[in-house]
Amino acid sequence: MALDDKHEAEGRVFKIVGTRPIRPDGIDKVTGRARFGADMSAPGMLVGLILRSPHAHARIRSINIAKAEALPGVKAVVTRADFGNVSDDDLRDILHNVMAHDKALYDGHAVAAVAATSTSAARQALKLIEVDYEVLPHVIDVDEAMQPDAPVLHEGRSDETVPAGMSANIMHRFEYGHGDVEAGLAAADEVIERSFKTAATHQGYIEPHACLASMGPDGQADLWCCTQGHYMVRNTCAGILGMEVSQLKVTASEIGGGFGGKTTVFLEPVALALARKSGRPVKMVMSREEVFRASGPTSSTSIDVKIGMKRDGTITAGWAELRYQGGAFPGSPVQFGAMSCFAAYDLANVQAIGWDVVANRPKQIAYRAPGAPMGAYAVESVVDELCGKLGLDRLEVRLKNASRDGTKAAYGPRFGRIGLTAVLEAAKAHPHYTAPLGPNQGRGVACGFWFNFGGDTCVSLNVNPDGTVGVSEGNPDIGGSRAAMTMMAAEELGIPYERVRTTIADTSALGQNDVTDGSRVTFAVGLATIKAARAAITIMCARAAKIWGIDADAVVWEDGHAKPAGPNAGKFPPMSLAEIAAVATNTGGPIAGHHEVNAEGAGVSFAAHLVDAEVDPETGAVKILRYTVFQDAGKAVHPAYVEGQFQGGAVQGIGWALNEEYIYGADGRLQNPGFLDYRIPVASDLPMIDTVIIEVANPGHPYGVRGVGETSIVPPLAAVANAVSAAAGVRLTELPMSPPKVLHAIDAARG
Amino acid sequence: MVRVAIWGSLRAATGGRAEVEVEAANLRELLDRLAEAYPGIQPQIDRGVSVVIDGLVYNDSWFTPVRPDSEVVLLPRIVGG
Repeated sequence: MALDDKHEAEGRVFKIVGTRPIRPDGIDKVTGRARFGADMSAPGMLVGLILRSPHAHARIRSINIAKAEALPGVKAVVTRADFGNVSDDDLRDILHNVMAHDKALYDGHAVAAVAATSTSAARQALKLIEVDYEVLPHVIDVDEAMQPDAPVLHEGRSDETVPAGMSANIMHRFEYGHGDVEAGLAAADEVIERSFKTAATHQGYIEPHACLASMGPDGQADLWCCTQGHYMVRNTCAGILGMEVSQLKVTASEIGGGFGGKTTVFLEPVALALARKSGRPVKMVMSREEVFRASGPTSSTSIDVKIGMKRDGTITAGWAELRYQGGAFPGSPVQFGAMSCFAAYDLANVQAIGWDVVANRPKQIAYRAPGAPMGAYAVESVVDELCGKLGLDRLEVRLKNASRDGTKAAYGPRFGRIGLTAVLEAAKAHPHYTAPLGPNQGRGVACGFWFNFGGDTCVSLNVNPDGTVGVSEGNPDIGGSRAAMTMMAAEELGIPYERVRTTIADTSALGQNDVTDGSRVTFAVGLATIKAARAAITIMCARAAKIWGIDADAVVWEDGHAKPAGPNAGKFPPMSLAEIAAVATNTGGPIAGHHEVNAEGAGVSFAAHLVDAEVDPETGAVKILRYTVFQDAGKAVHPAYVEGQFQGGAVQGIGWALNEEYIYGADGRLQNPGFLDYRIPVASDLPMIDTVIIEVANPGHPYGVRGVGETSIVPPLAAVANAVSAAAGVRLTELPMSPPKVLHAIDAARG
Repeated sequence: MVRVAIWGSLRAATGGRAEVEVEAANLRELLDRLAEAYPGIQPQIDRGVSVVIDGLVYNDSWFTPVRPDSEVVLLPRIVGG
């Protein structure tokens, strides 16, 4: 679709899309009827527990499980020896993360697991497992891990992009950009260079990882688990355990938050191995301490940024070098940080370099727009400082330099239709931007960007005999997908929302579905739902045509009815969906529509956040006073859910900016594996998060939908940092901006 | 011929060239021809790439058409959380 083409949904009057019906999972969740990961049980079920390394880095000389196996009630003990060899690098890293191989690579790394008839027997068995460790030097900080003399986690894993002679902890180097940065900087009236650090933060989902695994002697297995993608769980576990995919059926439970943290496996292969060895179902539930120590947080980072600006606000060049440690295995999201950090700006000269580094921490896993918030924090902080130094309006400068339709993005391609300027104009016009501030208060603004993703998707839509409709999708409902799919199916079919029920099918019911990630579900599954509904409509029109004795081409579908296309088609009263469904047996059998697709064409998304903060100069404590999110949703299917995504991203970003951090002792052990010492924002910490939905239709979706789940966490780190820096009167360059750090910065500035 | 933009750190595999030309009518041919002409790209193709064609991101759809005047940009595989 060319940029000047109209979107197919332009001018369409939606009846259901854009309204706010009651969520279909609401009653179950408030009454306790909803079943989460830990709510499943099976006859003869055993309790599975994991023994975890107390060392940040240690060679495992030997593991003796004899005493544990001999304990009454213990039915199985597994170690890495119970898993076969895996040739694929990514799969092997996942296996080595869920069960250590020759080395324990971080505090909390799994080294063995037991299944027993009771929790107490399982706990006792863990104590009887004898692990002989050779403790090795460790490294936690990303900059220290890059030093040539740093303790090395893996030899020989650096790929061809890493220059010779650098630390073996550097896995990959990325570089993006275009133009001549040095010439651009030379043309600037003002250049600011700053270095920033951000702490590792956890996704902080309230529901811990949990699963129930069962495997028969014939090798057929069932797994119930809390995940963002049960097809991913099936494929990964089957690969690790050497099973055929068809032998493992995975059913996703309700999910109490994921935010990217449930896009991999932690317990599931271990539970299956225990079930295989014991011949009994095995249930495993992580404690909160285990969630913190052994399930993925995001990367900690160290970033340098240099930006040049003319007096009129034109950015002449941008440069950034980003260093992300991704825990003990390759794969930090630094490339996305490097690709996205300048995405909001139309720059002639730009370069971003990223380094993927390993350290003795848990293997990072995606956290909402993985890698982007940290890069945006550093770049948006420097843009803010330049605006201050040159006395320029922060939104005017962003508008002046904003990426527009056709802009060559800093990461390479030209943008199609995007909504950044509409977002910035909305922020500028909002009363929040000009509201007065009091003493010790500051206002911050920042932009954010995320790519979004489509991927493999299957939807089946069945028309029931009573005229209701069932939709089956293969993506766990983490952000309202059942409501959104129900709405899009009802919209397309022309029947009430209440007549459609969407369920999350197990892995035996549909073809391959990608994980609920990349803000893909409302876009990709929505697209498949619309097309599945259209397929069913084609069949229903054909059935009506048969009944009327006219050509199928002479029948149209309007407002939930088949109708003759025009006077020449014949004069027949319209047949409703329910009337056609009632006689389906007589007209050819059950009616269904389905659609399977690798959904390409996800539209990128931009946001801008405005925040007011107050700093207590005596204690360094920060209070968030007012917060407004502006974001392009393409088309908001259920605006309340869209607003919820905006608010949730902002709140998690506030936590990341102000309080959340993984704190390690000198021994390399995590010091704060619990919500008491790892401080996430609670309601009393926060103002109402206001939201403004901007709709610039995505050409790749029939209704114009863009993913909204991730972009909202990209701006808040920078927006809050800019507000706090303004309020404190000093630039803050390290996250989290906890009271001691803010106080220290204020004291240092005062001399 | 289709012109393909190569990101900075991948240019080591193209002799430093930011843009290369290959004969391809679809995404699969594009990646095959790239790997043939520049074998150093193969490890990254194995790790995963996304291909942006005229502003839209494609991951694996082999038969996505590529026109001689299409703007094609190679990127590391786009995922999400």
